[in-house]
Amino acid sequence: MTMAVQELRASYAFVERNINLIKRYWGWEVVWMLYTIANSLAVVFIARGVNSAVGGQALGKAQIDGLVLFLAIGALVWHYLAVVFETVSDMISWERWEGTIEYTFMAPVRRSTHMVGTALFSLVYGLLHTAVVLVIIVLAFHVDMSHANYASATLVLVVGSLSLVGIGIMGAVLPLLYPERGAQMTHVIQATLVLVSGVYIVPSEMPEPLATFSYLSPATYVIEGIRGALIRGDGVLDLWRTLVGLLATGLILIPVGVWVFSVGERYAKRTGKLKRSG
Amino acid sequence: MATTTNLSLAMSEQDEDKGQEVTTMTADEVLPAPSAPPSPLRGKGLDAALAVEVIEVTKVFETKPNILNRLRGKTEGGKRTVAVDHVTFSVPRGEIFGMLGPNGTGKSTLIRLLSTLLVPDSGEVRIFGYDVEKEEAEVKRLINRVSVEASFFKKLSPMENLMYGARLYSVDAEWARAQVVTILTRLGLEGRSIWSGMEDMSRGMQQKVAIARAFLTSPVLLLLDEPTTGLDPHSKREVQAFVREIRDQHDATVLLTTHDMQEADDLCERIAIIDKGRIVALDTPSALKALVQEPGAPVPTLEDVFLKLTGKKLDDEEKPS
Repeated sequence: MTMAVQELRASYAFVERNINLIKRYWGWEVVWMLYTIANSLAVVFIARGVNSAVGGQALGKAQIDGLVLFLAIGALVWHYLAVVFETVSDMISWERWEGTIEYTFMAPVRRSTHMVGTALFSLVYGLLHTAVVLVIIVLAFHVDMSHANYASATLVLVVGSLSLVGIGIMGAVLPLLYPERGAQMTHVIQATLVLVSGVYIVPSEMPEPLATFSYLSPATYVIEGIRGALIRGDGVLDLWRTLVGLLATGLILIPVGVWVFSVGERYAKRTGKLKRSG
Repeated sequence: MATTTNLSLAMSEQDEDKGQEVTTMTADEVLPAPSAPPSPLRGKGLDAALAVEVIEVTKVFETKPNILNRLRGKTEGGKRTVAVDHVTFSVPRGEIFGMLGPNGTGKSTLIRLLSTLLVPDSGEVRIFGYDVEKEEAEVKRLINRVSVEASFFKKLSPMENLMYGARLYSVDAEWARAQVVTILTRLGLEGRSIWSGMEDMSRGMQQKVAIARAFLTSPVLLLLDEPTTGLDPHSKREVQAFVREIRDQHDATVLLTTHDMQEADDLCERIAIIDKGRIVALDTPSALKALVQEPGAPVPTLEDVFLKLTGKKLDDEEKPS
């Protein structure tokens, strides 16, 4: 059995374990889904209520429909990216909470295998979760998706996830080093990304220095690319620059994330932080 | 050997609880020379004669004062704990080796150093000749551990938890699934409980699942950190039988920490008595007893040995140094 096959099989341990956890925590999954749907609908309702909010007919029906789609894509894509980021960055805090961190860390699997397994699960879970919310939004708001190019949108989403996986791996070092508050620290990274990545506003409309930061966030390009695919129907050829840029960023950020994590893990082993209670 | 030279047992204090006079013993009197001096040059892998070599290992934990105190230049709140202090010992392949000591005396730190979860500040730790820091991957393939706290995903069933463990250790899934049922049934788990969440299981049952998890991966070195603490006598005996079985039938070496003197006496071929992060005595249970045997007095228990050598009872809590 080659090393690669062995590692891939070991990475399935994390996929299978997370699927089992979802089945066992099914009640929490229902709550989480309802929360996501409510959040996404609340954002999209802003577009529906914009005229009454300003007290007139500032926008016509076509403009409101466009705004609905703009906000819905922002909410959905952000939800997907947040699921990917949280699943990866929570891989340590979850194990610490369950008390399994020492068992997993002394097992004969590479840390990269651990992360590949977690990332694979996060991509599939994020896509399925987001697809359910998308269907509900489309049905609730009768959103016109006739121009949408789903294939290129999915490609942008998956390629763009690589960068978020890389940032998530870096974020996972925080619960490793700060057992008590590390998990909350990762939420700061997430909140900063949502602020600067053009989720609900195009970067050119942002005040400085947020606008500048938005150009540094890979999530900005994922959201722009998907808006292009779903609103204008951009194909892979139209989006090749975005795809190449996101792929390159992902291929840089993942190894950098793994390296940052390995430095953190060595530090944790020197200082005794690699234990269930911290 | 620093363990010997640094050892100064001042044990002339009165044992208040028992009103016993504890006599002073020198380090050379209590710590016999190891029969085979540890050496990193004994070969690597499963052909190595020594399963464990711990050579002059020290581990210190430090916590810094909080940030406000640090800004004010104060040192209050900082703490330095010497968990393991120049410890040296070796365990030949196939032995059941015990470590006895009160809470906070460094036993679990030693187990975590052997498990690759900690790196020593100084000294060397080798498992079957592999250095735990530099050859971590090789070491991980050879070991498994059962700790005092059952480390499981509590909502998952024993089967799901054990299959997770089996996959991590590259154990064939089909074979593992059949083995899980066989081992757990033998340990007394009923059919349905193998498939139900572990959150409602008693500690004894959880500990049996932990033993089964280690058993499933056939480790050549099994590290048991107080595996029977909190178990009822029947469960204790079952776990002890499993420990013997894994050694006898699977050619494993077992390193065990325990509070239970009887268990140490029954199971272990040699025992290291640890106090304040140092080994104060290491020998067979009978040799340790002989060490403190008074002429004409009944044969001492390991409890007596421990009291004599450390001046304290085993259930005393060690205070950080």
